[in-house]
Amino acid sequence: MSIAPILFSTLAALVVVLAAFAVFGRRHFASVIGFVAFGLLLALVWMILSAPDVALTEAAVGGGVTGALLLCACARWREIQGVPQPPIVLRIAAAGLCAAVTVGLIIVVLSLPSPPPTLATTAWDSLDVTGMGNAVTAVLMAFRALDTMLEKVVLLLALIAVWSFGRDCVWGGRPDLMFLPQKNGPLTFLAKILIPVGVLAGIYLFWVGADKPGGAFAGGALIAAMGLLAIFSGLIRPPSIENLRLRWALVLGILVFLGVGFLGFAMVGDFLAYPSALAKPIIVVIEIAMTLSIAFTLFMLVVGPAEKKP
Amino acid sequence: MMTVVMAIFTIIMVSLGALFFFAGTVGLLRFPDTLSRLHALTKADNLGLGLIILGLLPQIDWPFGALKLGLVWVLILVAGSAASQIVGRKVYEEDKS
Repeated sequence: MSIAPILFSTLAALVVVLAAFAVFGRRHFASVIGFVAFGLLLALVWMILSAPDVALTEAAVGGGVTGALLLCACARWREIQGVPQPPIVLRIAAAGLCAAVTVGLIIVVLSLPSPPPTLATTAWDSLDVTGMGNAVTAVLMAFRALDTMLEKVVLLLALIAVWSFGRDCVWGGRPDLMFLPQKNGPLTFLAKILIPVGVLAGIYLFWVGADKPGGAFAGGALIAAMGLLAIFSGLIRPPSIENLRLRWALVLGILVFLGVGFLGFAMVGDFLAYPSALAKPIIVVIEIAMTLSIAFTLFMLVVGPAEKKP
Repeated sequence: MMTVVMAIFTIIMVSLGALFFFAGTVGLLRFPDTLSRLHALTKADNLGLGLIILGLLPQIDWPFGALKLGLVWVLILVAGSAASQIVGRKVYEEDKS
């Protein structure tokens, strides 16, 4: 008898237990720690399901950056103790919307035909056209490039939504963390060692994404995490949200994507179409811009809206 | 013959490493206060991880796979010791006040 089924079912049970712990935990901080562990175990599950690209992104975004985002939210939560809660109607509406999304997802998953329709073999057979060795990157950057571009737009819209929560009088100022950075302690020591290695690993993840598991999102998230480490350890201050270089970095990915998209009309005669011979260099250029933009957007999402006057 | 020896080496080392992880976890669950829990966790896990990495070295491609594995070991050591220092300092400061 093989030991694998026992290991896998234990892992699946642990994932469910951690999810329940994160949702029903009485203390916010403990819930967030549960959520981070949940993200890491989920990455392991994706690995077992032979989806290493998803696993990397889940570990970097689900466990890492979202965990940092929620921890910052915990710190803010303490600040707003005593502020009256939103009216019960609003809360019921929010709960209703969440439930509707969950029920909708359940219905969609249950009504899938078996076996589900797939374009995987078509994508796999046309891999040569893109010059990529990793089918996931080929789908993201060539076959379904429009989706990937719109995903970047959504990410930017999310950041604008976060910024709009800042008070009017501090618009254009610096974001402020709700806790003091731990200067000159063990965290600073860790940051000084880890940041160069982490940024290098992020660039490697994006670069290797063409042929192996990796890609712009996982790489960008890792670089964003290194920026957050630099903030938490007091090595740098968050940039002002009116900083022009920051704003260029935020939109660079979308701009390059759009530029290449319109160039497609001139070169091949369609939006976001690449000539096959140039597909690989074009994709690499888009991915460089995207990695940069993803890193800065995720980073600014976590540090939050402006809090201090410019 | 050589692969069998390597496999036995891997099995012994990884099992020993898992044993240390187990002991560290028992300490984490059973010890009475934060500092001694930290003590159990860091010592046992650092040694356990070292043994597991050592055990996996013969199974991975040389030299880059082995170098990556070594890097993982060093990074976890640094991150683990920094995190336990932070927790330890926090406990110390709270005890003082």
